[in-house]
Amino acid sequence: MKFIDEYHNPELGKRLIDRIHHHSTKPIRLMEFCGGHTVAIFKHGIRQLLPTTIDMLSGPGCPVCVTANVDLDKAIALARLPNVIITTFGDMLRVPGSYSSLQLAKAERSDIRVVYSVQDALGIARDNPDKSVIFIGIGFETTAPTIAASILQAEQEGIDNYYVLPLHKLCPPIMKALLDLGEVRLDGIICPGHVSAIIGSYPYQFIPDDYGIACVVSGFEPLDILLCVDRLVNQIETGQYKVEIAYLRGVKPEGNKHALKLMGTVFEVCDANWRGVGLVPLSGLRLNKRYQRFDAERSFDIDPGPTHEAKGCICGSILRGVSTPQDCKLFRRSCTPEHPVGPCMVSSEGSCATYYHYGDSYGR
Amino acid sequence: MEDKILLAHGSGGKLSHDLIAKNFVPAFGNPLLNKLDDSAAFELSGRLAFTTDSYIVSPIFFPGGDIGKLAVNGTVNDLAMIGATPLYLSLSFIIEEGFLIAELEKIVNSINQAADEAGVKIVAGDTKVVNQGSADKLFINTSGIGIVPPGVDISGANAIPGDKVIVSGNLGDHGIAVLSQREGLKFQVPVESDCAPLNKLVAEMLEASANIHSLRDPTRGGLATTLNEFAKQSQVGIRIEEENILINKAVLAACELLGFDPLYVANEGKLVAVVAPSDADKVLTRMRQNQYGTEAAIIGEVVNEHPGKVVMKTCLGSSRIIDMPAGELLPRIC
Repeated sequence: MKFIDEYHNPELGKRLIDRIHHHSTKPIRLMEFCGGHTVAIFKHGIRQLLPTTIDMLSGPGCPVCVTANVDLDKAIALARLPNVIITTFGDMLRVPGSYSSLQLAKAERSDIRVVYSVQDALGIARDNPDKSVIFIGIGFETTAPTIAASILQAEQEGIDNYYVLPLHKLCPPIMKALLDLGEVRLDGIICPGHVSAIIGSYPYQFIPDDYGIACVVSGFEPLDILLCVDRLVNQIETGQYKVEIAYLRGVKPEGNKHALKLMGTVFEVCDANWRGVGLVPLSGLRLNKRYQRFDAERSFDIDPGPTHEAKGCICGSILRGVSTPQDCKLFRRSCTPEHPVGPCMVSSEGSCATYYHYGDSYGR
Repeated sequence: MEDKILLAHGSGGKLSHDLIAKNFVPAFGNPLLNKLDDSAAFELSGRLAFTTDSYIVSPIFFPGGDIGKLAVNGTVNDLAMIGATPLYLSLSFIIEEGFLIAELEKIVNSINQAADEAGVKIVAGDTKVVNQGSADKLFINTSGIGIVPPGVDISGANAIPGDKVIVSGNLGDHGIAVLSQREGLKFQVPVESDCAPLNKLVAEMLEASANIHSLRDPTRGGLATTLNEFAKQSQVGIRIEEENILINKAVLAACELLGFDPLYVANEGKLVAVVAPSDADKVLTRMRQNQYGTEAAIIGEVVNEHPGKVVMKTCLGSSRIIDMPAGELLPRIC
């Protein structure tokens, strides 16, 4: 993994930091959309290295965090069905829904298994033909193609006990929704790296064109992020707003055509529920008609009951960039990683967990 | 029929006796165990160290070791981390009905090898068999007894500002090796568990210096947890430098992939030492002569500032807090 050392190089890092300090003259506010970027920024102490002219905000790009309680409750209700094995990415386990979590359901003897890849979920379905195996399909455009591939494979192999609870969300529509809300003034956006590897950079074109905001796609190593900030500062200082890619080893402007085709084969765009924002038109994915039989929500009769939001939790406004975790009365008091109240404290990429672990005075 | 563990193997009857006579006594045989009395009786003098642990690793065989090797080395290392010389171990097996006797033999064999290498004797044991589903293949509980040499006083509460922090080698191998084999997470990674007995390394360090203040093996929770424990127990701050911490590239790559921080990943054959600054180089030189300390390095120091907290200077020159982990490490989504 030679990339790791190369993209941590202190000398190159210092050169980029100096350049940013030299070029940045006016106060600006940048948002990193993706939770992976938030973690990298805090982990490498990047906020401390930037000039005071640059204000950094964390955005909604954590798939666990933006999953609405109503959807979490569905996953938990599915887990409680007899003869069902729930397969999920590990991050989802501890997220509290309205009244429970998958972790609690597991302790109450539901069969819930953590997988790293959706292929492993399919393998579990293959090995357990007498059980219904449901994969909790959360994530952005990054994970959707692999889930599409698993459905096509299940069809091809005739695996009829494999289902997906489709909770996929799309990045460009939520970016537009946040900008239209107009709650936060932004000068530049650090666009997600892995998502852009799938969708490319063209879908962000409306951001500079319609909103006059700088856009740069970034990787996740410290030098990637510094280069991205440098490009954003350059766009803003010169007033030339466009979409740039500062992650050329991972992202092509047109994206990954094969992955996009897979997604298009299995999914169709639908309205989706976002925590903190509500229903956003055309911002999610569901299985299209041909593949509906793999849809867990359609295939099982569940009653998740009424939803309930934790009192005092401001995860919603943190996800919109309106508040920071320090603004929350529960942060570090009743809400900690051991006893999370909201999802942003659970997910390793949630803003609250990141501020909690890396924050204090060292995170700025 | 005979190749699997049956409930009867734990009944205390003939099958139990056969199992002990055929599988355990010949492997572990020593005068204290061979008597097969209800307790082992022996003479000891000096300050005793006594510890216990349970091993429930899944899978039970992993690259670089198995649950048996882990049980012996884990217990030996717990004794060594207060400077004790480990002497005697007890082993208690809780076996799931249907477990393959051939696999049990393999584990017994590796327990025997690990005990030989560490120079400890298995002097007491027990076997229980539970219904299928009541245990995951095999659990091992151990206890260990050792003697703390006169004048040795090692504790997580003894770190003093100015002390140097030494780590015995590269971090995260065990956690990644085990995780790479777990159901649902299988991935190919050229990493083996670092599982090893550290008692001889510790004995040599103690020969080199009378000023080793704290020792601990960074097992679950990794280096980050151990350093936080030291900082809190001793009410001191700890500053470390990222560039001095050694991590195998394959471990780094796996951590990147899974969204883990290698500072939080488990080790089973590494130790962290807090040593008076005057003796740090001496201890380091001695450690590097031992096969389990060849890559030892000073990674930081104990400071007066930020008591109870661990702060790391990153490669880029910024600082970040290294916090205690909360709960199990879970892979990220994207």
